[in-house]
Amino acid sequence: MSVSVIINGESRTLPAALTVEGLLKELGIEGRKVAVERNLEIVPKSAFSATHVAEGDRLEIVHFIGGG
Amino acid sequence: MDFTESQIHRYARHILLREVGGVGQEKLLKSKVLVIGAGGLGSPLILYLAAAGVGTIGVIDDDKVDLSNLQRQIAHTTARIGMAKVASAAQAVADINPDVEVIEHRERLGLDNIMALIADYDVIADGSDNFPTRFLVNDACYFAKKTLVSAAVLRFDGQLATFKPHAGGPCYRCLYPEPPPPGQIPSCDEAGVMGAVAGVMGTLQATEVLKELLGIGESMAGRLMVYDALAATTRHVKVNPDPECPLCSPKATIKKLQLSR
Repeated sequence: MSVSVIINGESRTLPAALTVEGLLKELGIEGRKVAVERNLEIVPKSAFSATHVAEGDRLEIVHFIGGG
Repeated sequence: MDFTESQIHRYARHILLREVGGVGQEKLLKSKVLVIGAGGLGSPLILYLAAAGVGTIGVIDDDKVDLSNLQRQIAHTTARIGMAKVASAAQAVADINPDVEVIEHRERLGLDNIMALIADYDVIADGSDNFPTRFLVNDACYFAKKTLVSAAVLRFDGQLATFKPHAGGPCYRCLYPEPPPPGQIPSCDEAGVMGAVAGVMGTLQATEVLKELLGIGESMAGRLMVYDALAATTRHVKVNPDPECPLCSPKATIKKLQLSR
């Protein structure tokens, strides 16, 4: 079974069992460099490995920036 | 407190606002805000806080004005290249509003001075340009129970949030538990930033500081605003306290102020 989600505004099909941690791995993104937003809510980093992506999720990868 | 004729005139547009009024304006004149960094974010922040009549503005920065700053750091001028940024910012404020006292902290923020520095201020506004400072400021504000209004910019992107875990919200570490691996995220020096984007974010930051001082409207605590200037979009994202936050959760591992790199 696969799920359809929207990542940074673009539709994607992912394996259903994927966690947020797995998603980042799949996208080749290092977790320490981003925050992940799921349906307009930040997923705490401590929950990355326990949070599964679900059908229809809107995900955004928020890049960590620190300029002033 | 009695306003002078010229103060009533100066702050007339604030006094007209039901949410500010004479009472709010008096509150602003008695308020103390510490601005960390007199750069791209700090410039509009300092100028708007000064124009609003925030009575005491502390500015901490150990840098001097450089020609390459002037594309965005609008508190500084070509004539003041080479001057300490805190002195240049104080000059800009004096030119706008003589009601405001600027306290110049021409030093680098560190473990040794931060707790004493923030103790004197009501609200802390972080516009610094590096991650070790951002984490140090967050941790110090947590331990001192100070409200922190934080903004960041890079290229065409901006982020803004308010952190007041003492009032039940998340802290910066609930969003980003630890600094990114060194060298992995570029600075504005390395990757560039559109000057006006720093202006947008610094001005939003000033607005949130004023709201916190006045206690009006909806706080940005528990929310992150993400601004994408190229797409011309803003998004508001909910940020809950992380039940495993290394700083502000019951499972905290950081028990005293330390440097994070």
